[in-house]
Amino acid sequence: MKDLQMNNKTQKSNQPIIEIHDMHKWYGDFHVLSNINLQVQPQEKIVICGPSGSGKSTLIRCINRLEEHQRGQIIVNGIELSNDIKNIEKVRAEVGMVFQHFNLFPHLSIIDNLTLGPIWVRKTPKKEAEEMAMMYLEKVQIAEQAKKFPGQLSGGQQQRVAIARSLCMNPQVMLFDEPTSALDPEMIKEVLDVMIDLAGEGMTMLVVTHEMGFAKSVADRVMFMDDGEIVEQNSPDVFFDNPQHERTKLFLSQIL
Amino acid sequence: MAESTTVKRERLKPPITNVGVLGWLHTNLFNSWYNSLLTIVTLIVMAFLLPPAFQWAFVDSLWNSSAEACRDIDGACWSVIPNNIRFIILGFFPSGQEWRPILAMVLLLTLVVYSKERSRWKSSLLWLWAINLIIMGTLMYGGIFGMPVVETSQWSGLPLTFILSFFGMIVAYPLGILLALGRQSNMPAIKTLCVVYIELIRGVPLISLLFMSSVMFPLFLPEGVTIDKVLRALIAIILFTAAYIAEVVRGGLQAMPRGQYEAADSLGLNYSNTMRLIILPQALKIVIPPSVGILLSVFKDTSLVVIIALYDVLKTTMVTLSNPKWAGYSRESYIFLALLYFGFCYAMSSYSRKLEKELHTGH
Repeated sequence: MKDLQMNNKTQKSNQPIIEIHDMHKWYGDFHVLSNINLQVQPQEKIVICGPSGSGKSTLIRCINRLEEHQRGQIIVNGIELSNDIKNIEKVRAEVGMVFQHFNLFPHLSIIDNLTLGPIWVRKTPKKEAEEMAMMYLEKVQIAEQAKKFPGQLSGGQQQRVAIARSLCMNPQVMLFDEPTSALDPEMIKEVLDVMIDLAGEGMTMLVVTHEMGFAKSVADRVMFMDDGEIVEQNSPDVFFDNPQHERTKLFLSQIL
Repeated sequence: MAESTTVKRERLKPPITNVGVLGWLHTNLFNSWYNSLLTIVTLIVMAFLLPPAFQWAFVDSLWNSSAEACRDIDGACWSVIPNNIRFIILGFFPSGQEWRPILAMVLLLTLVVYSKERSRWKSSLLWLWAINLIIMGTLMYGGIFGMPVVETSQWSGLPLTFILSFFGMIVAYPLGILLALGRQSNMPAIKTLCVVYIELIRGVPLISLLFMSSVMFPLFLPEGVTIDKVLRALIAIILFTAAYIAEVVRGGLQAMPRGQYEAADSLGLNYSNTMRLIILPQALKIVIPPSVGILLSVFKDTSLVVIIALYDVLKTTMVTLSNPKWAGYSRESYIFLALLYFGFCYAMSSYSRKLEKELHTGH
């Protein structure tokens, strides 16, 4: 997939694509995220894990401003996220997101789900958008379903469509918010396979997941969050074989 | 596959009391002692009421006779309808021009029937409606193609009812959508404005709005400027209906899962595209049945324009009855009118039920 890599406009190679400095977030009085510092290099794959309620989903939702942060800085692709809606839309166009519950548009056919973003955000001509959509559907091995509606597809197929939908925007970063948690066990693999392919092509990925096998084989860095903080981050080897922090050890002993 | 693995077991017939006529009677009419009692009481009451009613309506009745002939019978004088049908339906529309309102109504009903099929719901259908409404207006008003001008003061009867309800609904709908979106807006000024409007309008009866439009409103206009009476009534109906539509649409918007907004946001779609392409198509689909309900009540509520001296189909019927020749036959006339309204309303509501079913099973 050469064109994909070309689209990943890897600017100056040492420039992080996501920078988060001293970021805090509150829900009312509740301090959900505290002192988050994170730098993501282009093509880096980061897996974020942690107990439920630890703020890992909230963190990646802050990166495309589905959630607002109250303190600190988030800079994506050189654009700082603030209340400026134009900047937010620019960032969102460059950051793809895959949700736990797929969130496909049920009233549109699969192909229309895919072409919507390119046509209305990127102003791609319809024909071109459709060709690109078919290419990505091919890639997630679901091209024969293009004319169907989301409701007619299985969960695994829907999630693959959702991934293809994000890819159609040629994003520079992909965020995955527990992409396999809502799937039946036999469908998890087909989705993970697509994600592994994507990682192999050099996509920058932030993945919130409980699939530790995926973390071990794909991640450059595994991050453990608890109680709104990044407790520990390390390469997968060190993270799994020699966790530093007590809380990490406890968590790993529970899930492995 | 399941068939090959499971051993065929014996299929029993259901017990006799659960199926067929007996089963139906048992479950619906005699399933407990009080229901049995109700059934029997109802049957007795019907035995007393139905035969005389039948006698009056069908046996002793006259269907197409002169008013004089009706004086000698005990039954219903249905003749009042065929003898006055032209005035009841078309009112004061000039004679010789009857084909114009009739053609307009036929066009409208044809388009309504055509629009029933969901597969025809495309943007071209909207254009078809727009063109049709213009043609209807032209047919009614005239002034071109050699059709003499018919002032709106002469528009009356069923065409007026149709114009008030359908034009009212069609203009009110987009307005209602805007109000519903405004009510959900993050901008406090717009939100407050919409909430105040909706609550204010929903807090007053339609009659008061009609009075205001016909009595109060002209006082604010400069000397010599008049706005057509039908138009003023139409505006009152539109303003009134829009508030109700806004609340119905808001219900649809609230039924949309957050995930749809988030998915649209995460693609970088802006607000208007998100609404236009993602949220409204789904939300409006959800609220089709209650929207038809609103159309239904608008259709019936238009009869309130009687009080501002517009001659809708109810008023033309009343005028007929003020003719001494036919004065005694209000029962027959109002039954006819009730059936007329019921026919249209029942068609609309059964269509809405059918649609509801389709949309539930669809995606």
